[in-house]
Amino acid sequence: MENDILKIENFYAYYGTICILQNINLRFTKNHAISILGPSGCGKTTLLRCINRMHELADDASIKGKILLSGKDIYDTEPMLIRRRIGMVFQKPNPFPTMNIYDNVIAGYKLNSIKLKRSESDKIVEESLIKADLWEQVRDNLYKRGTFLSGGQQQRLCIARALAMKPDILLLDEATASLDPKATSNIEKLINQLKHSITIIVVTHNIAQAARVSDYTAFLYSGELIEFGKTGDLFTIPKDKRTEEYLTGKFG
Amino acid sequence: MEKRLKVRQIKDKLFTVVMALFSIAIILPLFFIIFYIVRNGAVEIDWHFITSLPKPVGEIGGISNAIVGTTELIGIATLIAIPIALFTGIYMKEFEKSKLAAVVSSLTDLLQGVPSIVIGIVCYLWIVLPLRSFSLLSGSVALAIMMLPMIIKSTYHSLKLVPDSLKEASLALGTPYYRTVMKVIVPAASSGIITGIILSISRVAGETAPLLFTAFGNPFMNLNITKPVNSLPLLIFNYATSPFSDWQKQAWGASLILIIMVSALNLASKIMEHKWKTTY
Amino acid sequence: MNQTEISCKDYRLRNLDEQGSSTTRKETLFRFFLIAAAIISVSIVMGIFVSLLFGSWKSINEFGLNFIWSSTWNPAAKQFGALPFIIGTLSTSFLALLISAPFSFASAIYLSLYLKNGWFSGLLKFSVELLAGIPSIIYGFWGLFVLVPIVRSFEIKLGFIPYGVGVVTASIILAIMIIPFASSMASEVIKLVPQDLKEAGFAMGATRFEVIKNIILPYASGGIFSGILLAFGRAFGETMAVTMVIGNSNIIPKNIFSPANSMASVIANEFTEARGNLYLSSLIEIGLLLFIISFIVNAIGNRIMKKMTVKK
Repeated sequence: MENDILKIENFYAYYGTICILQNINLRFTKNHAISILGPSGCGKTTLLRCINRMHELADDASIKGKILLSGKDIYDTEPMLIRRRIGMVFQKPNPFPTMNIYDNVIAGYKLNSIKLKRSESDKIVEESLIKADLWEQVRDNLYKRGTFLSGGQQQRLCIARALAMKPDILLLDEATASLDPKATSNIEKLINQLKHSITIIVVTHNIAQAARVSDYTAFLYSGELIEFGKTGDLFTIPKDKRTEEYLTGKFG
Repeated sequence: MEKRLKVRQIKDKLFTVVMALFSIAIILPLFFIIFYIVRNGAVEIDWHFITSLPKPVGEIGGISNAIVGTTELIGIATLIAIPIALFTGIYMKEFEKSKLAAVVSSLTDLLQGVPSIVIGIVCYLWIVLPLRSFSLLSGSVALAIMMLPMIIKSTYHSLKLVPDSLKEASLALGTPYYRTVMKVIVPAASSGIITGIILSISRVAGETAPLLFTAFGNPFMNLNITKPVNSLPLLIFNYATSPFSDWQKQAWGASLILIIMVSALNLASKIMEHKWKTTY
Repeated sequence: MNQTEISCKDYRLRNLDEQGSSTTRKETLFRFFLIAAAIISVSIVMGIFVSLLFGSWKSINEFGLNFIWSSTWNPAAKQFGALPFIIGTLSTSFLALLISAPFSFASAIYLSLYLKNGWFSGLLKFSVELLAGIPSIIYGFWGLFVLVPIVRSFEIKLGFIPYGVGVVTASIILAIMIIPFASSMASEVIKLVPQDLKEAGFAMGATRFEVIKNIILPYASGGIFSGILLAFGRAFGETMAVTMVIGNSNIIPKNIFSPANSMASVIANEFTEARGNLYLSSLIEIGLLLFIISFIVNAIGNRIMKKMTVKK
């Protein structure tokens, strides 16, 4: 397939001797939203953290196998460079408390000491905030600390921060888990807008959310990939019994 | 049964009263000390007292050399202590599980308990003997050693309060580890770290024992780090134990200035703690 | 494959690929700095011990264990025994602990169990903090000019020789000085008692006094012991305040009103005037003793405190 932006091949992940993920094979198409679904402890967050090489930050973490970003193995490059190209948004909103909103959005450049002209950074900040659907709400308060924002707004600020780096892929690790229903639906709307211009991988244990936002869904169960397919297909006619049981609420 | 309950309640009341009385008694010495220092010290302090050098007995001198000396000692000590303590604190947090971190942790606890006079002896052996002279430098090093454990601990504890999610956010943006630590984690902990530094300065500002055979004291103004220097606590000690009532009076004035200095620093640290507090 | 499109869209971001190696170098340098700082901190403490040991080698060689048992301190005859100072230090420290115990204990209980808020507890906390912030030289100075005359008049009434300075004066000053520390230690220990234990006591209809006596104190006994130990650690190394009011007499005190000398104050008084290597070495050995005692006291105290914290 021409449009595969990310390929995961025969991938294993470990903490010490404990195997978290085994033999994962997946292909992600460019500019779509993919959700990774599964009960807690199934390894879905680990898989996500392997994609931008955050998994290896744990002391005893190790991996086996390949993850190819546009055909190049990400484990052959500097992790820093991979993380700049694959943005991540976390479960709890985590804007930098010591920076104002403007600096938060541009943080990826500042922290990597990438020099920008004022006009360029202004443009990036505005564009990213518009994409994250936050511009209208903060345009008059750009130089205030980001911590006064509501949880949902903070999370969108984090999305803007990730988008500012112009990543190829955006990873969302249960990004709505700590938000109220209103904010959650706003973020979901945002994902549906963004997925036409960027590849988005969403980890969630919320079945309905996966159905609402993603084009493809992968179902993980105790470290194994059980099923992967178009979201519509997987939800209506699951091939595996475990997928069906999970979707119908028998466990998880 | 009724009677027993009464007895128990009376016992409880009595205990409360005794506890309250003992607690109130704590305030008394504080009141006395402050009262004496303000009463005897305030009359001594004027512009001349602060800005002129000590004069021989019989003439009215000032304590400018001690004020400048204390400032020099504290300034140099802070410059020496901050980089070592800050990086040690960061090491303890970032390599928490390492053996060295455990050793550092228990040795800083130990260093905090070492009597200050002992640190004076050691700085005498390390610096005064080789240089063949009491000096500003040796006094500053002694104070710096005393500041170390306080700053290391406050740095470590403030860094521990910074949630890991911030570190992850920064790393996920592709920021190298050292930049993540210095530009995200340390700034997030900065109010706690600076509070610790100010508190440690206020603690050593009043130290005398480690300066007795390092900074030694000097009746003149000194700006040379290889020469002895005066400090407020040293001046108070020398004047208070002198037989001249003029000098004893001046010691009260110097005490009041020292207390104001120390209290101002404590107050500053309190304000830092409340106003600059980072919310995550 | 459309690699060109997908790899870095922005020139500046692509440029970073070349920064990779310099980043790694900085990373290594940063780690090196961290480890270096930690090693410097460790070697300072080790260095203190080694220097004291070397500095006192002459005296250790000359007197051996006799240094601790001998009561003669006579620089003119080159006879150095530290017993008078050890006794001076122990007696002032213990007496100070004894005097300060009820006050620090009471204020800790009062602050953490009775009056958690309100202006009086605010005033009390503020006072305790202010007491902790006063430099020891000022305690000594105040003691010399205010406390000494008071003690002297008591001595006259009681029929002792009216020195004014001496063990008891030093102990009172020390007691005032360690109250803030001991009080905050005690509060910390009381805080370590689990809330549900206290509540269980109240739920059974016990009065506050009974809860304190039967639940909090037994539970906190280890912590109280270590608190006493750590407060002792504070008191015995105190130099200036003691030096100014203890009387600086190098013989073993006969009673608590006699002038004496403590380990720290004999160093403070005689170090710069010490002529001859053996004299200096003996003073450094007293410093070494102070270091070792502080090591033992703090190690035990901190270990008990840590255990208490973990248990919670």
